Amino acid sequence: MSGTWMTTRAWLLMLPLLVIMVAVIGWPLVDTVRLSLTDAQLVGTAGNYVGFDNYTRMLTSSNFTRTLSTTTWFAVVSVAAEMVLGVLAALLLNQEFRGRAILRGLMILPWALPTVVNATLWRLIYKPEYGALNAALTQLHLIDDYRSWLGEPGTALAALIVADCWKNFPLVALIALAALQAVPRDITAAALVDGAGPFNRFRFVILPYLAGPLMVALVLRTIEAFKVFDIIWVMTRGGPANSTRSLSILVYQEAFSFQRAGSGASLALIVTLLVTVLAVAYATLVRKTAGSAA
Amino acid sequence: MERKSPVFTAFVYVCAILLAAVILAPLAWLFVMSISPAADLAAKPLRWWPQAADFSRYGQLLSTAENSAGAAFTASLRNSLEVAGMATLAAILLAVPAGWAVSRTPSVGWSLSMVIATYMLPPVALSVPLYMGLSWLGLLNNVFGLALIYLTILAPFTTWLMKSGFDSIPREIEAAAMIDGAGLLQTWRIITLPLAAPVVATSALFAVLLAWDEFFYALLFTSDQRAKTLTVAIADLAGGRVSDYGLIATAGVLAALPPVLIGLVMQRALISGLTSGGVKG
Repeated sequence: MSGTWMTTRAWLLMLPLLVIMVAVIGWPLVDTVRLSLTDAQLVGTAGNYVGFDNYTRMLTSSNFTRTLSTTTWFAVVSVAAEMVLGVLAALLLNQEFRGRAILRGLMILPWALPTVVNATLWRLIYKPEYGALNAALTQLHLIDDYRSWLGEPGTALAALIVADCWKNFPLVALIALAALQAVPRDITAAALVDGAGPFNRFRFVILPYLAGPLMVALVLRTIEAFKVFDIIWVMTRGGPANSTRSLSILVYQEAFSFQRAGSGASLALIVTLLVTVLAVAYATLVRKTAGSAA
Repeated sequence: MERKSPVFTAFVYVCAILLAAVILAPLAWLFVMSISPAADLAAKPLRWWPQAADFSRYGQLLSTAENSAGAAFTASLRNSLEVAGMATLAAILLAVPAGWAVSRTPSVGWSLSMVIATYMLPPVALSVPLYMGLSWLGLLNNVFGLALIYLTILAPFTTWLMKSGFDSIPREIEAAAMIDGAGLLQTWRIITLPLAAPVVATSALFAVLLAWDEFFYALLFTSDQRAKTLTVAIADLAGGRVSDYGLIATAGVLAALPPVLIGLVMQRALISGLTSGGVKG
């Protein structure tokens, strides 16, 4: 069978997928670029060409800079916490103890719980009048009065981060655990014989095996955290006083609540560019880490 | 092997109990809320365990009596099942030939890489034209329209999983069948697809989980019982004027049951699927 026929056949087999992808991803992306250069409304007017006006207006607005810093803060803190908690949980699950298999099975539960259900659950836990967190903390005498955890700008973002971490650290733990189980036993045993302490064994023997998979988890989680919408929408809708508004929520408000399709599109592309830069930077880092660990 | 001191063993058990508590406490509370009488949930100090378990909210939500809370809930349950089912089926039908093609002809692999790179795109970057397009096609607030949009999420993922699956089936087996005179379709039917069946099943379950979990597009593109999915219905309940936390919690438990059961049953396959990308680095 000739190579050209193989290639032609491969393209034919991929055709349905590619056609659909162009229809639901390629075309909308191109159209978003076109819209971002117009003052189009969501419904009605097609809009006029306005050049880069939308971009300059969005980039210089205080809404954008504030939302960017909120999103970055959310992404950095929640992903860092998920990584640390995930690795600690994986180190624990890599020990031998009774009930280990059951505990490992439990780790799948937060991951499988739908994001919206998770957000709803934590919203109920944080409720100011009858929420479980207030009840638990007062019954333990840690606070005197019920507080509105999601209602105050000072605590709302932290409360969201806790809810996000609870759902996502088990996934990091499972990825890290799979990597830990790939560490050959004789290597850890040899390090022990050579007199390496627990910290040195982790740093020089185990970490090189973890680095690659953890970097991949880090990249995926950071991209997801940067795009965050669902959990924030359900728990606070970006409030109070916009203190938990993420970039995706800002785009939603601009394009759909205020129906300004043009400027919404420009904002969406700015977010896309940020995520892409982040991903490419990370991909380079992953390649380097994988190279040095091998 | 390292000899474990009793102190270390005790430490491991304490940590394990702590981890189990962290994972289970919020989930247990969701369930307890769903079976606690409303008065218990509004008591101060809060009653952590109901005096009498009350399962009536489950019946209330699953009843199809007209204009009840149940009617809206069961409609969204049906919509979620329909959308997830259709989108998954379509994603698998696209993914099997495409995944096989990339696996057997690596020179076209760059196109799959491009498809997978779309994972980075925030849905908001596509949402405005998709909204206008669906509106133009008359597919807003329609389960078919929503299922079509879900392919943006499902199809790249299933194709990637199918490709890795086909990679692990030696091409020599297919070559042998072809030498014996079988055509491509026959080879697929007799050799490739039966061997790939477990991967197809795993991919399909992953796709169902993704579709079941989706919220953003469903929020944008559906507006009433004809197409609203469970995630939107629950967000409505959580953000609305419903004062009975127990009812909201019950809806949460019901929506969480299918994915959690899939997660538990498919544990091994899910973990290897989740980690395969990671471990290969």
